[in-house]
Amino acid sequence: MFYREAGQYKTSYEADQATFPVLQDRIGMIVILAVAFVVVPLTMSSFVINSVLIPFLIFSLAAIGLNLLLGYAGQLSLGTGAFMGVGAYACYKLTTIFPDANIILLIIVSGFASAAIGTVFGLPSLRIKGFYLMVGTLAAQFFLSWCFIRIPWLYNNNVSGAIEVPTRAVFGIPVSGPNATPVTRYLIVLTIVVVMTWIASNLVRGRIGRMWMAVRDMDIAAELIGIRLPRTKLLAFAVSSFYCGVAGAMMVFLWLGAAEPDAFNINRSFLILFMIIIGGLGSLIGSFIGAAFIWGLPIMLKSVPETFGISIGSATLEHLQFMVVGALIIFFLIVEPHGLARLWQIAKQKLRVWPFPY
Amino acid sequence: MKEPGATEAAAREVLLAVENVSLSFGGVKALTGVSFDIRKGEIRAIIGPNGAGKTSMLNVINGFYHPQQGRISFKGVTRNRMRPFEAAQGGIARTFQNVALFRGMSALDNIMAGRTLKMNRNFFWQLIRFGPAAAEEVAHRRRVEEIIDFLQIAHIRKVQVGRLPYGLQKRVELGRALAMDPDLLLLDEPMAGMNLEEKEDMSRYILDVNEHFGTTIALIEHDMGVVMDLSDRVVVLDHGTKIADGVPDAVKSDQAVISAYLGVAH
Ligand SMILES: Nc1ncnc2c1ncn2[C@@H]1O[C@H](COP(=O)(O)OP(=O)(O)OP(=O)(O)O)[C@@H](O)[C@H]1O
Ligand SMILES: [Mg+2]
Repeated sequence: MFYREAGQYKTSYEADQATFPVLQDRIGMIVILAVAFVVVPLTMSSFVINSVLIPFLIFSLAAIGLNLLLGYAGQLSLGTGAFMGVGAYACYKLTTIFPDANIILLIIVSGFASAAIGTVFGLPSLRIKGFYLMVGTLAAQFFLSWCFIRIPWLYNNNVSGAIEVPTRAVFGIPVSGPNATPVTRYLIVLTIVVVMTWIASNLVRGRIGRMWMAVRDMDIAAELIGIRLPRTKLLAFAVSSFYCGVAGAMMVFLWLGAAEPDAFNINRSFLILFMIIIGGLGSLIGSFIGAAFIWGLPIMLKSVPETFGISIGSATLEHLQFMVVGALIIFFLIVEPHGLARLWQIAKQKLRVWPFPY
Repeated sequence: MKEPGATEAAAREVLLAVENVSLSFGGVKALTGVSFDIRKGEIRAIIGPNGAGKTSMLNVINGFYHPQQGRISFKGVTRNRMRPFEAAQGGIARTFQNVALFRGMSALDNIMAGRTLKMNRNFFWQLIRFGPAAAEEVAHRRRVEEIIDFLQIAHIRKVQVGRLPYGLQKRVELGRALAMDPDLLLLDEPMAGMNLEEKEDMSRYILDVNEHFGTTIALIEHDMGVVMDLSDRVVVLDHGTKIADGVPDAVKSDQAVISAYLGVAH
């Protein structure tokens, strides 16, 4: 009975509606944040920060973006990669036009560009649902991918067709480009992800979250309690694309440092979709778990056998990865649509009553 | 029989009137020239055999179906058709014949969703859930908890409604409609598939809502006993047309009604 809420009586609705109503969860969150903000920068190697933690956080944010749209509002989209791309290219153009502007601000502003484009491509959702909507967003994905290649203005006419991140400093500290240290970039990514996750959790627990879920679960009934379907759906597209856009801008400016149009293709959309299916539809924590799983799996598959002295060829490794992810997706779709996050909840439920069976 | 008698009901102000409403789906005529009114504060039963057009009538009233002909007056405003949003904003709430809850949400969230129209803190307050947005959430939660107590569903408030037994789902759905603080409540077979005890509970809730909150109720129900007990006036539909309209006793002994229920050819 380490984890339990018994005895923690809620004396007010405020307390019952708090972000973390259970004390242990609150403590756990403080510990996680302390580790993430203090321990990690002090102890982890640049390699781990740069190739494990930063991408994990960025993909988590993109997964939250898609989860708001698909998991909460029930609108299926395969355009995640493209919306991330819009954020990245918008940020690139903005910093070209305003080289002196604060780059962190520009990353956030790029989210608005992505939100605008996402809303436009969300318009078909007012007429069509499910499979047809998915095909519509697929068209958006291909159209935007095409733009990233065919409109040279977007990448400042570079002959390579790629975008190269310039060095930008905030308060004299380089935060993007080759001179920015991994720890600086990590701390910025972490801060943005933490704040935006907190905002997402506010949204989904309040009126807007209920409106989204109502539209997802039963649109007729939603309409008859006074929810306006068009604006509710478009808001979901806008907010979702905002998150994806910021994730895309961070991906290029705070992680990779350069990007080819390929970085935002349909594979990226599928990757994020797999993250939320495995992590859990309609769960913010699930977005993190899914991102950690999909991003961590190849690293695990490679390093675990190595510690036992077994080496696996990279081709085999890739096949293994496909097999594990594929099997898990089928498993979760059939058995537990709420993903690993749900399994985590069940585990917590068990802990609450441990050591008794009930 | 329910107290404030039909004479009193007849004297009250008209809340909603449908005039000469006709609705068809392709070749199928669901409603043909139906007119009746619902007066403030009454319980108005709509009865009729299967396929008579009762559900279609409710769908016309709250704007989900648009009739080809006829007019709907609600609170003194006459329209050719309602729109769902107008209906909701005007204070018309509804439960469905086949429960239409938000299955993935808890009972509490379902009922809170019923308050959507009453909540108006804007998007930016929602983002930080602080100050006015937090206060609003608490204020509405208080009202929702009253409804939860009234319907005696406190023990299941955090349960995902998809997992509740049917009888409780119907109760949560009534809760969601009540959360809208409606002026007119449309109930489509609220007791279908319930056992006797559950029916008695539900009847009591309906009477209480009507008496304590003064909510006007339109009730579709197949159980004649319930209809006779609860309603002030009854309108009878058959094959999309109105065949009788009046106080329960008169309707019960009406020859056309008896024939319709016995399936006499006409
Ligand atoms: N959306 C629709 N499309 C086509 N036909 C419909 C539709 N809705 C209703 N109908 C038809 O209209 C007629 C009246 O149906 P309605 O559901 O209103 O009957 P009801 O009186 O509610 O019956 P029940 O007691 O079985 O619920 C039926 O013949 C039905 O098939
Ligand atoms: Mg019906």
